[in-house]
Amino acid sequence: MVLALILIPAAIGGGVFFVLNDSLRRVLLVATAITHAGLTAACWVWRPAATAGGWLVLDAAGLLFLSITSALFLAATAYAVPYLRREHDHATRDAAEGFLFSNAPEAVFTGCLLLFLAAMTLVTVSQHVGLLWVGVEATTLASAPLIYYHRHHRSLEATWKYLLICSVGIALALLGNFFLAAAAGSTPLVFSELAARSGQLNVPWLKAAFLLVLVGYGTKMGLAPLHTWLPDAHSESPSVISALLSGALLNCAFLGIIRTQQVCAAAGLGVFSRALLVDFGLISMAVAAVFIVGQTDFKRMLAYSSVEHMGILALGVGLGGAGVFGAMLHAVNHSLTKGMLFLVAGNILGAYGTKSTTEVRGVLRGLPVTGVLWVAGLLAITGSPPFGPFLSEFTILKAALDTGRTGVAVTYLALLAVIFIGMATIALRMAQGASVRVEPRRESWTAIVPPAALAAVVLMLGVYLPGRLTQLLQETARLLGGK
Amino acid sequence: MRATSVIPPLLALALSPLMPGVINRTKAWFAGRRGPPVLQAYYDLSKLLRKGAVYSRTTTWMFRAGPIVGLAAMLLTTALVPLGGEPAPLAFMGDLILLAYVLGLMRFFIVVAALDTGSSFEGMGASREVTFSALAEPALLLGLAAVARLTGTLSLSGMSGAVSLETWRQAGPVLALVTAALMVVLLAENARIPVDDPNTHLELTMIHEVMVLDHSGPDLAFILYGAALKLWVLAALLVGLLIPVRTGNPWLDVAAALAEIFAVAVAVGVVESSMARLRLVRVPQLLVGAGALAALALILTLR
Amino acid sequence: MTPDTILILVVLTNLRLLGASRIGASVRTVAVQGILLGLLALLVHHGEPSSSVWLVAVGGAALKGVVFPWLLLRALRSADVEREVEPFVGPNASLLAGVAALGMSLWLARRLPLPEGAHSSVLVAVALFSILVGLFLIVARKKAISQVLGFLVMENGIYTFGVGLVQQSPLLVELGVMLDVFVAVFVMGIAMFHISREFDHIDTHELTTLKD
Repeated sequence: MVLALILIPAAIGGGVFFVLNDSLRRVLLVATAITHAGLTAACWVWRPAATAGGWLVLDAAGLLFLSITSALFLAATAYAVPYLRREHDHATRDAAEGFLFSNAPEAVFTGCLLLFLAAMTLVTVSQHVGLLWVGVEATTLASAPLIYYHRHHRSLEATWKYLLICSVGIALALLGNFFLAAAAGSTPLVFSELAARSGQLNVPWLKAAFLLVLVGYGTKMGLAPLHTWLPDAHSESPSVISALLSGALLNCAFLGIIRTQQVCAAAGLGVFSRALLVDFGLISMAVAAVFIVGQTDFKRMLAYSSVEHMGILALGVGLGGAGVFGAMLHAVNHSLTKGMLFLVAGNILGAYGTKSTTEVRGVLRGLPVTGVLWVAGLLAITGSPPFGPFLSEFTILKAALDTGRTGVAVTYLALLAVIFIGMATIALRMAQGASVRVEPRRESWTAIVPPAALAAVVLMLGVYLPGRLTQLLQETARLLGGK
Repeated sequence: MRATSVIPPLLALALSPLMPGVINRTKAWFAGRRGPPVLQAYYDLSKLLRKGAVYSRTTTWMFRAGPIVGLAAMLLTTALVPLGGEPAPLAFMGDLILLAYVLGLMRFFIVVAALDTGSSFEGMGASREVTFSALAEPALLLGLAAVARLTGTLSLSGMSGAVSLETWRQAGPVLALVTAALMVVLLAENARIPVDDPNTHLELTMIHEVMVLDHSGPDLAFILYGAALKLWVLAALLVGLLIPVRTGNPWLDVAAALAEIFAVAVAVGVVESSMARLRLVRVPQLLVGAGALAALALILTLR
Repeated sequence: MTPDTILILVVLTNLRLLGASRIGASVRTVAVQGILLGLLALLVHHGEPSSSVWLVAVGGAALKGVVFPWLLLRALRSADVEREVEPFVGPNASLLAGVAALGMSLWLARRLPLPEGAHSSVLVAVALFSILVGLFLIVARKKAISQVLGFLVMENGIYTFGVGLVQQSPLLVELGVMLDVFVAVFVMGIAMFHISREFDHIDTHELTTLKD
């Protein structure tokens, strides 16, 4: 079952490059997304056994992140197919600079999208250190052409930055893996084994390994100050891709970090690794706050918000205890909310033709449903009740206070407040007022239903946590050394 | 000081004018010519000694002192450099530093004599010569330091005695790097291609020759002889420190060392025939590269 | 040929890269480095290396020594780019920085405890040196191709480390790493081609439109 989860998208992704019929390609894309989601749902009921000699195991953490990825991919596909149908085959005029540009061939887009899904699945299910690395590197390579979908110089610049910075980061993570191998000696390089036989690990090498893995995968995850590729890549790629990058890819990189942290904690380096995570988390939140206030591009604003939330995730795991549970819940909440926000942003961009926060006005009047979703998403992502992120951020705050780290808690709250003010100013200004460019029009239901569905789930998670989900979250937290 | 240790300086004094001859013959052979006789430098020296010197009215005593001090300095170095495993007459701990400084002294006085003429060409040549020598100095000193560290002694004669085939087997890369660095230093100090073209007649492209443009008669003879001695001394340094032949019989060792020194002269001739001179902006890169190689050799001996 | 000699040659190739002023020479130097590392992989295994080791070593040498330079030179040729390396930091200063980096990596290597089975005492230092040189090239050079070469040198450094220290690197992971590097260079080559077409140059220093 696990192999099917990886191989089906990979095979179809490879095959789609050669399919010439557009409709057939889109059908294959939708079919693969539905199959993948179905198999993932099946994994909730019947947990699959370990395969490939213990290298591919779907443990609790893997299942959690896999479900997030799969759900988001399904919503993204539902949004993407009509998007492709609209964007296909004609030169568009760029709103900001007025030149004509074309888009990448749809086969490349669809193929890379499916390979991207396969690579992310590989990351979530692999227990072997090296295989996880291969998966993360594969996600970089599969998503680079996706960022370069609109073929113009800004997206090319974003793609080059993404490619180079993430490749260097992942190369450092590879060095970290080799250090880990040096620390492990003859223990097989499987996370569960390393955690079990932690007494045999060479501690100085393990310390250096964790540092390199944190910096390396942290680049991919978007922790400041290694996040510099994130705003550019998210603002220039199509909204569907931004949603997947923010919602699914950053989580996968985070998975690499927390699995290594699990090994460190078992070997007695827990204090060291957790302190680093807290520091990186707070720095990310601070950097995000600085760049969100007064931001003029709403997609960049959402990208910096992703940096902030990755910081919150790192902070949660770094605090330990109930913080790990909060971080895992937050991963779910953030992915769904950010995905929804990017899709909504895509709608706004499509209608108004500009990414500028000062030029977009009156979304509530021009695009009613989109406007409501936009405001709701803003409230959700900044942590207002009754939405899901409020609960998870509160859990992390409580963990900080419970462990006596009031300084951390105060900084956390202050940064959250700054970000709330920054984002609220921008988003509400965009939503209210008379609609500047667009006459109130009927929005196509294909553009509304996916984000609306995601919003509904986030709202539900704020009020009621399903028992199965709570169980899975608790199992994940226990696995990673929390409560 | 043993009686036999007087032989290296005597051989240097007698045989060094052969070096330019060998180099020119090699170049001629490459070019398909017969070339000047190998003893040409001796003929030139005797001719110049018999002539009278002409001194410009703008020059002072420094112009007259330059060649003499230069020659005196080179004569001192012949007493410092060992040959064929035999220690030099004036060997002592740290004599490698004295060697570097005496070479610098010679260079300094030649430059001062050139600047004393007040001509712009000499000034230009002097500035180039000083820059390139300044860049070549770290290569020389670092290379010698690496060999000193390897052999555990600060005396050139001690180093020459300690280096053997065993050392090559153990620390081959270090010695190879030092050889390369010292070869570049040799080419730079003796104003050979690729640093300087000794056959150019265009003053704008000269570095070393332009500084000696105004000397004549015995002064020029002293400078030519000093240059030949410098070539001999640096080649003997290269050979003695790095390519030792120790058969046990001191006469055979000396003979082998002589053969190797002339082989270095042939190698210089080969380099001169196969390369063109580097652009002047590239010469510092070559010298810094040699310095980097010598530094690498030193770092390798430090671990 | 001992592993030590090969490692010193690798250091020399790194220094040559730092001082190079022509892109063609840089690409060829990286190719030589790749082949040297393939040789190192073979020499490092005591006794008879198994067929999988042969495969990985020869395959790696072929990939890094032949395929990558061919790809990169092809991208350059179609991009019609000026063949001079345009550095932020000149060749002399780069060389001196390289020697300083070598000293630092030797010092760092001394501080890391040597794990069992290490084959050469210089190996950790040379690996760290290659990584530092690679990072330096990425940062201190303007052209996109130089940055790709810097990335390759960094990967070579990491590979050197892996060859010397990791006792159990299963074939699959080695091949996976190599495949990933291959595809990365391939994709970067394509990106460079697009950059040259879009901008008429491959000077990444000029890519400054996106900023806050």
